[in-house]
This record gives sequence, structure tokens and C-alpha cells, in this order.
Amino acid sequence: MKQKTTTKTSYHIPIGPIHPALKEPVYFEFEIDGERIVDVDVKLGHVHRGIEWASRKRNPIQILYLAERVCGICSYSHPAAFTLAVEDAAGIEIPERAEYLRVIQGELERICSHTLWAGVAAHEIGFDTVLYFTWEIRERALDLTEYLTGNRVTKAIMTIGGIRRDITKDMLPTVTKHLNYLKDNFEKLRHAFLDDKTVKIRSQNVGILTKEDALKLCAVGPTTRASGVKKDVRVDTSYFAYGDLDVDYMTPDVLTGEINGDVYDRIIVRLLEVKQSIDLIEQCLDKMPSGDIIAEPKPAKLLSQLKKASGEGVGRHEAPRGEVIHYVKLNENEDAPYTWKIRAPTYNNILPWIPMLKGEQIADIPIVAASTDPCMSCTNRVAIVQDNNKYELTKEELHRLSIEKTRRLMKQ
Amino acid sequence: MRFSMLPQVFAQLFKKPWTNKFPAKYQPSNTTAYLKAVSEGKAKINPPIKTPPGFRGKIQYDKEKCTGCQLCIKVCPCEAIEFKPEEKKIKIYLARCCFCSQCNDICPVNALSMSDEFLLAGTDPYEKDLIVE
Repeated sequence: MKQKTTTKTSYHIPIGPIHPALKEPVYFEFEIDGERIVDVDVKLGHVHRGIEWASRKRNPIQILYLAERVCGICSYSHPAAFTLAVEDAAGIEIPERAEYLRVIQGELERICSHTLWAGVAAHEIGFDTVLYFTWEIRERALDLTEYLTGNRVTKAIMTIGGIRRDITKDMLPTVTKHLNYLKDNFEKLRHAFLDDKTVKIRSQNVGILTKEDALKLCAVGPTTRASGVKKDVRVDTSYFAYGDLDVDYMTPDVLTGEINGDVYDRIIVRLLEVKQSIDLIEQCLDKMPSGDIIAEPKPAKLLSQLKKASGEGVGRHEAPRGEVIHYVKLNENEDAPYTWKIRAPTYNNILPWIPMLKGEQIADIPIVAASTDPCMSCTNRVAIVQDNNKYELTKEELHRLSIEKTRRLMKQ
Repeated sequence: MRFSMLPQVFAQLFKKPWTNKFPAKYQPSNTTAYLKAVSEGKAKINPPIKTPPGFRGKIQYDKEKCTGCQLCIKVCPCEAIEFKPEEKKIKIYLARCCFCSQCNDICPVNALSMSDEFLLAGTDPYEKDLIVE
């Protein structure tokens, strides 16, 4: 009798590197056994735009706006870290009022980014009602940003030695009106995300990142805090006015009393941080001293001051996704900095995908990937190679799989 | 709770939509024909949401005040400003402009200012509306 030999083979899914809807292309190769993910491989560096190179013929004031365009959502964090680095290198002291105003802008950006992320996460599990609801709230945060800075996304508010726009007394009623709206609706948002069964069944015990892995892989921001690692630049190094404010690490045990490091915990951390940010803005508005908002109001003088400066500086800022580091070296009598190096938070949060995704299903890729709030491309142009037949798994297909899993779990 | 969003959804049924329908309530079948009708005064445009004070829109240039010091060219992050040496005046290409208003800040004679005009899309980057001089 001829014996049938069945060799169980796994197959590979390459994901990426280019997808037009998201920002940073990255290449993933999944090894799949049936529906389970056995192994993940990551390749980076597909979207080298040469931003640092472009800085070589620009002076620090021009680089501020180049840094703003590193990322559309972190359009405050990058100039902030760059400014901190240049101020460190050139030894510029900034007025106290500007420190508080900088905190307000930074926290406002965190609210916008986290609510945007919460909407996208709801969309990934097929819960589009919450997506529209969350983004309605985000719209108010964007209106406030537009009111304070002049534009919705590219804020152009940061400058070396201070900040470009003040919050005057007659602006305060509008600011508090928007803040009260955000505060009132935060409870509804918390209820929609944390008490809902649909969100719970899709996010609890999915994409677990243990504390050891988070420490080993140097995860940053809400991703690492959801695993119980107490790491937050705002608390660890008191830059801007954070030293004077009541700010603490946000870990999920504040709310639930336990740390699992799953997707649900990451939702909790981000939602709690929205509340923390509203609270910090209110503290700033209360404590803000009066005075100048910029150390050197004439940009021409500032430029000549920076031309004379030489030295190197490091700027660290807690962006919505985690710690962003900029390194700048200034040389004397040169307009452009000698070197400028950026380390964005997503760079650290990519490797934790590997322990998170191992053992999960294909339908969980969108939500687990979204749970680190990646600033990069994924999920489209997925080609499955099975039995030498190639077929493509598009973003829509993956999204459909994800929705089907939600429905299946709801029926159980 | 299984359907925590349900009360919110029902309440939403009786509310007006949040979105401002700009430029028309429904997508016109032919946009060019619609815009032509608007310019002839036959159709009415749904106004956009008002811009806040301090909005950074199209740059306004006061040619009389300008002294040709070229400081704005020095700080412009996207090389949108060109110097005209024979006249000693500048020319701003709005298609390149990133609306940071840094040139407004550095101008020693306040010849530049930002307006609230933001509908600046065009097919040709060198068309008359997109060049300020």
C-alpha cells in the first residue's frame, strides 16, 4: 500500500513595503501555519526621504519647518525636540511663560493624536460608529489647535528661544469652552471603548507584550507603559514646564489594577493620557506666569547668534507615540548645522511587533499593528504564496477578515 | 454592556450632520459646469467654515513698503521667494509656499502679511493667482 505522506508546511506572507494610505513604508514577512502566525521578520529603511540631508543647506530657522514635515501627526513634537537640541547647543535660555505655552501645545497634540488613534483602532476591528464618534471629538481638539496656532495640522508654532503665539486673556473663554467640551465627552469616549463587549473580545489577551520584552526591545511611549514599564520623558527629565506640573506615569493598573500588556491595556493607557493631557493644559492655564514669550524676538538677530554658536545638543520630547530624540551639532561660522539626527518613536516600537504577533491570527494583524500607533505603511499589497499560487491579500481583504472575526466572536 | 454605542446612535439620528457641506450639498455631476454657474451667479455656493483670527492664508505683499533687504529669502524654508535684482523687489511662488509666515516675522518694514484666503488649488503652479509680486 502506498503511504500518503503529508508534510505540513507553513507559508509566507510578505507585507509592504509601500502603501499610499500610511506614512512610513516597512516590510514584514509573516510565516503562517494555517491561521496562526509562527514567525515575523521586519525590514526597515524603505522611506529614506533624505530629510537630514536636506537640512545641510538650511539654517536652523528653516529646519524648524522641515522638522515639522517629518510627521504629519507629530508636527509639534519634532520641531520641539529639534528646538531643545539647538537651545542646548547654543545655550539659549527661554522665558518661563514660553515653557508653559509649549506644554499646552504639546498636550493638545497628544489629545489629537490619541483620539485619532482610538478612531483608527475602532475602525480596524470593524466598529465604525465609534470611529465617527471619536473623530467628532477630535474635530474640537483640532478647532482649538487652529484657534491657538493658526492652522490645523502644520502648526508652525515652535521657534528657537520661545514660542510664536501667546494665549492672551481674551482668548481664554474660547479655550476653556473647547476644553470643557473635551472633558464632558471624555466620559462618553471612555464608556464606548472600555465598557463595550465588542472592543473587549477583540482586544483582551491579544497582542501581548510582556514587561521583559518591552524592556529588552526598548519600546517607548504608551506601548511600553501598557506593559507596566514606567518610562515617560515628561516625568524622567523635567523639560519645558513639566517639572512644575502634576504629571505621573500612566499605566493600566491605575484603572483596572492589573497589567496584561495586551491591546486593551494600550487602549486604556491612551485614553487615560487624553484625560491627563486635558488636566495638564488646565494646570498650565492656571499657573502660567506673565511675561515674554520669546527670548529673541528678532529672527535676524537670532540667526546671527546661532551662526556664532558652536557645540552639540540633544533634545528629548515625549511625543504622542513615545520618546523622540534629536541630536544637533552646530559649527561656528556656518549657517547650516554640521549634523542633525532624528530618532522617531516608531523606530523603537516596531520590534515589539514580533513578540506581539507571534501566535496570533491573520485577522488580528490590523488591530495589533494599530495598537502600537505605528506611523508607517502596512497591510496593503499582501501577497500570499500557497502551493506555488500567488494571490494578493489587499488592505480591504484584511479588514474584511478582521470584521468577520469580530462578528464570529460576537455570536459565541 | 453589549451595545454601549446604541443610545448615542439614536440621539445622532435626530441631530444635524456635523459636516459642513462645502461647496454644495450634493456632489455636482460636473464640477467645472457648477463652478461656471457659480461665477455667472446662477448657482449658490455653500460657504466654508469661517477661518479663525490669525489664520495663515495667502500672502499679501505691499510692494511700496518693500526695501529689497532679502531677509525673507534667507528664512524661507521652501525657497518660495525669488529676488528681482533690477527692481529690488520680490516675487512669491505660492505653489511652493508652506504658509509658515516666517517671512512676515522677519520683515523689518512689515511689507508682508497673511490673509484668510485659502482656496488656492490650481492646475498650473505658475498661474497668475499663485504668484504674488
